Amino acid sequence: MAVSVDEAVSTGPARDRTPPGRRLGGRGRSVLEVALLTGLAVVMLFPVLWMIETSIKDNRDVYAIPAKFVGFRVTLEHFRDVFVAPGGGRSALSVAFLNSALVAGASTVLATVLGVPAAWAYSRFAVKAKKDQLFFILSTRFMPPVVVVIPIFLMYRQVGLIDSKIGLILIYAAFNVPFTIWMMKGFVDEVPAEYEDAAMLDGYTRLQAFWRYTLPLLVPGIAATAVFALIFSWNEFVFAIFLTSSDDVRTAPPAIAGLIGGTTTDWGLVAAASVVFALPVLVFAYLVRRHLIAGVTLGAVRR
Amino acid sequence: MAFTSPALLLLLAMSVFPLLWALYLSFTDYSATRGGPADFIGFGNYTAILTSAQVHQRALTTLIYVVGAVALQTVLGFGIAYLISRRTHGRGLLTTLFLVPMMLSPVVVGLFWRFMLDAQFGVVNSMLGSRGLGQVEWLTRQRTALLSLVVVDTWQWTPFIMLIALAGLTAVPKYLYEAASIDRASEWFRFRTITLPLVWPLLLIAVMFRAIEAFRLFDLVYILTNGGPGVSTETLSFHVYKVAFLGFNTGTASAYGILMVLVVIVLTQLYLRYLNKLKEG
Repeated sequence: MAVSVDEAVSTGPARDRTPPGRRLGGRGRSVLEVALLTGLAVVMLFPVLWMIETSIKDNRDVYAIPAKFVGFRVTLEHFRDVFVAPGGGRSALSVAFLNSALVAGASTVLATVLGVPAAWAYSRFAVKAKKDQLFFILSTRFMPPVVVVIPIFLMYRQVGLIDSKIGLILIYAAFNVPFTIWMMKGFVDEVPAEYEDAAMLDGYTRLQAFWRYTLPLLVPGIAATAVFALIFSWNEFVFAIFLTSSDDVRTAPPAIAGLIGGTTTDWGLVAAASVVFALPVLVFAYLVRRHLIAGVTLGAVRR
Repeated sequence: MAFTSPALLLLLAMSVFPLLWALYLSFTDYSATRGGPADFIGFGNYTAILTSAQVHQRALTTLIYVVGAVALQTVLGFGIAYLISRRTHGRGLLTTLFLVPMMLSPVVVGLFWRFMLDAQFGVVNSMLGSRGLGQVEWLTRQRTALLSLVVVDTWQWTPFIMLIALAGLTAVPKYLYEAASIDRASEWFRFRTITLPLVWPLLLIAVMFRAIEAFRLFDLVYILTNGGPGVSTETLSFHVYKVAFLGFNTGTASAYGILMVLVVIVLTQLYLRYLNKLKEG
């Protein structure tokens, strides 16, 4: 069984059964622990809150010294600037967001279509050197992107895929396939093979049995896996910055990073763009929170 | 196999073939901008890299960064998980809140910390100032720049260790604690003999995973410090990028990359072996 956040957090307390009287300052300790946790939570969340605050601050207050925590002028200008170009019309950033959605979506579909059947085969059939194959597949995901991008760059230059969405979609699919296979193999393992065997006794072929009986049971797993693949592609930066250059192709991460190139940086705009960029990720991550451990360890840890 | 081959073909085309090409280039003096035919120079690139003082320095920087960041994350992440596991109420909310940094893109994290650590407008210096402490040029001083990198990476990835440690902590059977309680075992004794041995295997998986990721890291360095000031935050990944895309010594960069891939393969093998042992055990 996969350990989910929900399970991890809903298990009862039962840590400390010692009556308070017998412990030295049991209550004081508990208060101390709560205080410590609160402090840590504030430290962890402060940068996120500060980003949100900066995104709605008037420019004068963004650069205020000392920094203004409260009582600043609220404005939605930065958010408008994210989507609307200074002279009207669509801004380069909003085009980048659309590109990101397209590239992440297409690469996720491709990785899912290729990965799910492979995961099913690895789970059900006696594949030769199965363990070695699976380990090899996951190893490709651990390659340093900055190293892989050198030959990919030369390869793309040969075949004319430099600065194209297709090129990005292919490379993103390639790094999501290992993840999809590992993650989905766990989900397929959880569906008893007997369902397919029984269907085959009824005269269905193996493929029909998979399609009619196993696949419907896998839909939640496929959805969760696809959401993670979507997040990985959406957040990806290294391939995007080296393989694309023009505004019509560039995805959001290099576009947002490009905002700090000049002599002065409009930090309000950077903050607003970051908020717009991060919000869908947080929403999606919340939706798949039950599978978070498997997702962030690339399907390796699930208990 | 009809079902696995499309996926494997994509991996062969996009991962294996490029690496083989890089392997070939690593034995040549090819340059991506100069063009023309590449001359075969044997192990020349490899000896040049392995004996280069510059590379040794980047390796040391990478080591400091990886060990520092992963150690900090482990201690903090496990600590937070332990504290959360002892709470009765609000565990779900706390866990969710703590997990936010991990889901953000390194680009967003890097940019935002760059703003917060800005010597002039940064909120960190502003807070130090209001407490009467001196201003620190976090990202523009040799010593503090690497420290800042470690801190930012720790901020982003402590939740990762916390998440996995929490899974381990909640999986410890309660009856063990109850039995220890009957024996009047001290808190520390229980922690040392029950909690730690049972959580450690899973925690080690998380630590190894993070170490590999930290070794590969490029984007955060690129955004936060761009390797500077000087070369104080240039990790191996960042140096490869400079050799490949700024120097255009593609042959040398390929050899450099292949060496890094070897390190990653060794680390990944260790990680996967251990993972396998844990699954079977």
